[in-house]
Amino acid sequence: MSDSKYFSTTKKGEIHEYKEDLRAVDRSKRKDSVKKVIAAMTVGKDVSMLFPDVVNCMQTDDLELKKLVYLYLINYAKTQPDLAIMGVNTFVKDSQDPNPLIRALAVRTMGCIRVDKITEYLCDPLQRCLKDDDPYVRKTAAVCVAKLFDINPELVEDRGFLDTLKDLLADSNPMVVANAVAALAEIHETSGRDVFQITSQSLFKLLRALNECTEWGQVFILDSLATYTAKDAKDAEAIIERVTPRLQHANCAVVLSAVKVILKQMELVDDDVLKKTLHKKMAPPLVTLLSAEPEIQYVALRNIHLVVSKFPQILVHEVKVFFCKYNDPIYVKMEKLEIMIQLASDKNIDQVLLEFKEYATEVDVDFVRKAVRAIGRCAVSLERAAERCINVLLELIQTKLNYVVQEAIIVIKDIFRRYPNRYESIIATLCENLESLDEPEAKASMIWIIGEYAERIENADELLETFLESFPEETSLVQLQLVTATVKLFLKKPTERPQQMIQLVLTYATQETDNPDLRDRAFVYWRLLSTDPEAAKEVVLAEKPVIADVGSGMEPQLLATLLQNLSSLASVYHKPPETFVSRTRLAVQRAEDLPNPEDHFGDESGTAISSADAAIADSAAAAGAPAAAASTTALSPQPDLLGDLLDLGGGDTSNGNVHQGSHDLASSLGGLSMGGTGGSNASQQYNSPQAQPAADDFFGFGGGSGSSARTPPAPQAPPLPVILPADKGKGLTVSGRVTRQNGQIVYKIALANGTQAPMDGFMVQFNKNAFGLSPANQNIPVGSVAPGQTATADLVLNQAAGMLNAAAGTTPTLQVAIRNNQQGVLYMSDSVPASALFTEGGNMDPSTFPPTWKGLPDASEASQHLQGVTPGNIEAIKPRLVAKNVFLMAARGSPSGAIWRPTARAQGVSELKLPHDANFEGLIGLRPQ
Amino acid sequence: MATSAIFILDLKGKVILCRDYRGDVAPKNAEKFITRVNELEESGRITPIINHEGITYIYVQYSNLYLVAVARENINAASILLFLHKLREVFVHYFNELEEESLRDNFVIAYELLDEVMDYGYPQFTEAQILAEYIKTDAYKMEVQARPPMAVTNAVSWRSEGIKYKKNEVFLDVVESVNLLVNSNGTVVRSEVLGALKMRTFLTGMPECKLGLNDKVLFESQGRSPQDKKKAVDLEDMKFHQCVRLTRFESDRTISFIPPDGAFDLMTYRLSHNVKPLIWVECLVEKHSRSRTDYLVKARSQFKDRSTATQVEILLPLPPDAIAPTPRTSQGTATYAPEKDAMVWKIKNFPGGREFVMRCRFALPSVPAEEESTGRMPPIRVNFELPYFTVSGIQVRYLKVIEKSGYQALPWVRYITTAGEYEIRMS
Repeated sequence: MSDSKYFSTTKKGEIHEYKEDLRAVDRSKRKDSVKKVIAAMTVGKDVSMLFPDVVNCMQTDDLELKKLVYLYLINYAKTQPDLAIMGVNTFVKDSQDPNPLIRALAVRTMGCIRVDKITEYLCDPLQRCLKDDDPYVRKTAAVCVAKLFDINPELVEDRGFLDTLKDLLADSNPMVVANAVAALAEIHETSGRDVFQITSQSLFKLLRALNECTEWGQVFILDSLATYTAKDAKDAEAIIERVTPRLQHANCAVVLSAVKVILKQMELVDDDVLKKTLHKKMAPPLVTLLSAEPEIQYVALRNIHLVVSKFPQILVHEVKVFFCKYNDPIYVKMEKLEIMIQLASDKNIDQVLLEFKEYATEVDVDFVRKAVRAIGRCAVSLERAAERCINVLLELIQTKLNYVVQEAIIVIKDIFRRYPNRYESIIATLCENLESLDEPEAKASMIWIIGEYAERIENADELLETFLESFPEETSLVQLQLVTATVKLFLKKPTERPQQMIQLVLTYATQETDNPDLRDRAFVYWRLLSTDPEAAKEVVLAEKPVIADVGSGMEPQLLATLLQNLSSLASVYHKPPETFVSRTRLAVQRAEDLPNPEDHFGDESGTAISSADAAIADSAAAAGAPAAAASTTALSPQPDLLGDLLDLGGGDTSNGNVHQGSHDLASSLGGLSMGGTGGSNASQQYNSPQAQPAADDFFGFGGGSGSSARTPPAPQAPPLPVILPADKGKGLTVSGRVTRQNGQIVYKIALANGTQAPMDGFMVQFNKNAFGLSPANQNIPVGSVAPGQTATADLVLNQAAGMLNAAAGTTPTLQVAIRNNQQGVLYMSDSVPASALFTEGGNMDPSTFPPTWKGLPDASEASQHLQGVTPGNIEAIKPRLVAKNVFLMAARGSPSGAIWRPTARAQGVSELKLPHDANFEGLIGLRPQ
Repeated sequence: MATSAIFILDLKGKVILCRDYRGDVAPKNAEKFITRVNELEESGRITPIINHEGITYIYVQYSNLYLVAVARENINAASILLFLHKLREVFVHYFNELEEESLRDNFVIAYELLDEVMDYGYPQFTEAQILAEYIKTDAYKMEVQARPPMAVTNAVSWRSEGIKYKKNEVFLDVVESVNLLVNSNGTVVRSEVLGALKMRTFLTGMPECKLGLNDKVLFESQGRSPQDKKKAVDLEDMKFHQCVRLTRFESDRTISFIPPDGAFDLMTYRLSHNVKPLIWVECLVEKHSRSRTDYLVKARSQFKDRSTATQVEILLPLPPDAIAPTPRTSQGTATYAPEKDAMVWKIKNFPGGREFVMRCRFALPSVPAEEESTGRMPPIRVNFELPYFTVSGIQVRYLKVIEKSGYQALPWVRYITTAGEYEIRMS
């Protein structure tokens, strides 16, 4: 029979009709009516007013009807929380039904009903079901713990469900183990707490379950194995050995996750022979992924892209399998092309070029363009193949296809930049195709070529003149190139005609245009030419640095993150998870509903969980200070700001031994107050995970180094943390930190030249960032750095609205680019400690303090214990706090000590307020405004 | 991390079914999905995974439906895409045909299935045959209340106990599909063979099966005589159905398994070293004038005389504006298919070592079409079947079936080679 009839009735009064039928005595009539209600719900009609009547049908032997009612409940319980409780009895009863299917159904559905009152009743059934005899019920209950944790983590904690869940890792049934892994991994990630740590014992159990559970379960287990850090090479090898057979699985997701685990564990393996064997083993499965459905091929290709970026040797001989098929969807073709470029080498370039040439004559214009670009990129990266590439490009230009010609000219410009003075003979061919150029980028490229080689092109002036005719209508890209090219022409051939041309161009560009860039450039040229033509020549015709192919290059750090996330969305987007994850958990809303948020202050079983926290949790967990995030989750309905401030600390400590780092920071705070309580004592204190909130170092008081912490007011700056190691900086090591000095934010930077040649011409630039920081002067005043030498500089930073990246929230990340004449531009990333942002003007009138303080949301408060502070010595540490621009505002006694209220103002981030609670050792808090 | 919800939409983006697992993506986002897909399609930047306003949509299209998984977290994309394909298979198993109407007709059962295949966004169980044991299409027939079959949580999750057949049989088809790409200058750019061992089992109880192949690695490890080794084949990247014990295979190359009931792919493999094209096709273009062009197509079979290819079909692309193409063939029949812009040449039987010719003459309009010069001709495509033959030379040496009741099972093995993506580029 067909269910579609349930969709059909749309006449007036249908709700009333449903209602009547739902109350009917006849069972089949009731069931029909529920089906109609579900049908209406599916098409988006609001049928929530039928709630009591539908719930009345819940108690039934008819499994189908029961499932329908449950489905209805899941959808509408939120809107009718008070009525939802009506169902509880049936749920509880069902959870004890002799039929395991019904037991599981009850506990599964209850977990989906996100109503507080219901969850309380869920606990007992869940407890029973977690220990049910039937594995089907246990596996359902395992997932249910994750559901409950999302709604009410305290409850999960109180009832000891986490421990029961951990016990399930040793369950005799593989599916139960797999679901327990999935649930624990989720709780681990969302709470940022260390609930799921694979040990050598559980590792063995997981590996055993891996062999027996369903394909989906295998994926859960493999994904969690990919986060496990092996003890040593032997441990890692053992895991690899157990995981390798998974490469033979028919399910592509299992294969990709297995590859992820192997790559991760291989980091520890130093046996080169084994590594080679593994590379060989991974190649065929990766290739076979390309025989799957096109959508899966797409995911596979995005992942292979990452694998090849890091380990080109794995697929070095397989370039052929990435050749495009005629019927491949365009998204598959584009990705294949990208990998072909990566794998192109002197050995296979002829074949690859032949393919590119084929593609360049296909129908899809975007694909054709990309194919032409691919040829150019191969030319730039493979010197020995450059000439062959150029020949192919010339052949393609002969097709006279408008877009092919334009694209070819764009890439030929790049080739000229890469190999100056080598292939100018082809310029004549290019000049034949001027008329077909109508795209700005192609035009600009051609104009650049004419200007650059004006002395070798006989009629360069004529050619430029044709472009100049339409100067006012061109886009700014073309206009800028025209100005520069005309100047070049004039400097190279200072005859009458170019002189006229340059007059014309500069006049227009300085007087008629609204584009400031164009105007500025024209003025610069004008002045240069009028004051000192020889100097102009030196400037304009100076030798240009050679370019390199950066098309497929990826920052090593990003690449490492993405490889960790192989097969996930991050690996498809090629972006780190935190950039696109947008969890809006119900729990966050709940936190706002709480009557008294202060009650949650310091409560470790945090309720508010957000994407930012999850991300932080990651970094915190990685940094070995897992409890940190938990304590903040408790106090952050504004999780972004706080979470990120935490990360400030994370960044600060990331380059050392982390435990050490944060202890020292803590003890440095102690040092501030006591002068010499002793660091070891502090470390002990902070060994308990809960006692070590990440707030520890978000003030950045400690500055990062243990030695300075123990000699209290650390006058000598500790060594700067390295932000770009030599192996990534092509021999240049960059260290730096943002600090505060004489009322200014200063970027202390050290450049160590590890290459054989001197370096000069250092410049710095920041990307837009959360605090609007930018260097006041782009030049780094270090002059030339000799080989083996280290030069340091203090760069004064300004805060400007233009540099503010609103989207970054308060992400402390600072992306820094440093260039010099020898190496070109190097990119690195650093983070900004909050202490650098505290201003001297943070002190406020004691009378205005209380209202301001109260005006800030309580929940955005973070706190930190100060080591060794007693009510008696408050005055003693005051000056030290002031030195860090933290001002004590109020202190009052309390049974356990004293409450202090210091304050600080931060530049740029709006105002930050610091309460200071000196319970036994002193507590320091920070509230963003 | 997990999926938030599964939507099933029609091609206009209207919700047909929607199962919300986590309550963090509203169904109204389905409407945004289709708008976004259309936008991306227009700009030619469509991908199977898109992110829009913080929500990730992973989708596959099937008949007149979109199966869409939505998420806010960094979920395992490969796993969810495969899950959608498996979900499609489950629906097809239940409804025979999966399209808008069949889904509306069975929405109750579809919801039941969605409840079972995924829990809280985590894929759970997608073996259609086992699901069918406890989620029945016709609820009225169910007298005894359904219980979850053991198989759902068993290590053997693909087979239920208590299956009975009067006649115990196993059909094993070795199917090899040849992918070939030949350049316009006649060089083979790429050739590979994708092989599959397709099984249909009709066996009683829980049979233990063991399959023996002429696997080179196995022969070498057993130290077989060089003569034997010659007959062995080197298969790249064998992939197995989840019933095969992978650890066992890894350690001693034994393929042992308890098969699911009915049809499944036991194993797939790939062969990429140079495979000689079985049917070689080349096309000579003779342009006499604008009004007359001749295509001379030669098809040559390059396999042994005793084999015969069947259902040979050669698709010869013609320019879209070709006028009155007239074919002449030395064998088979050729018909013009304007909807494909191609001449379809069919040869029922194509014995080994033979060559057949087709000449196709056509004219082009005297005024050239505007975009005539853009784009190239699609490749010539070839379809064929070659029974009793495999390119790889793979052989099933034995298929042992052992069940505790001790019955004799009859294995039937067939070999066939077919054309996969068999493309010859035109000049």
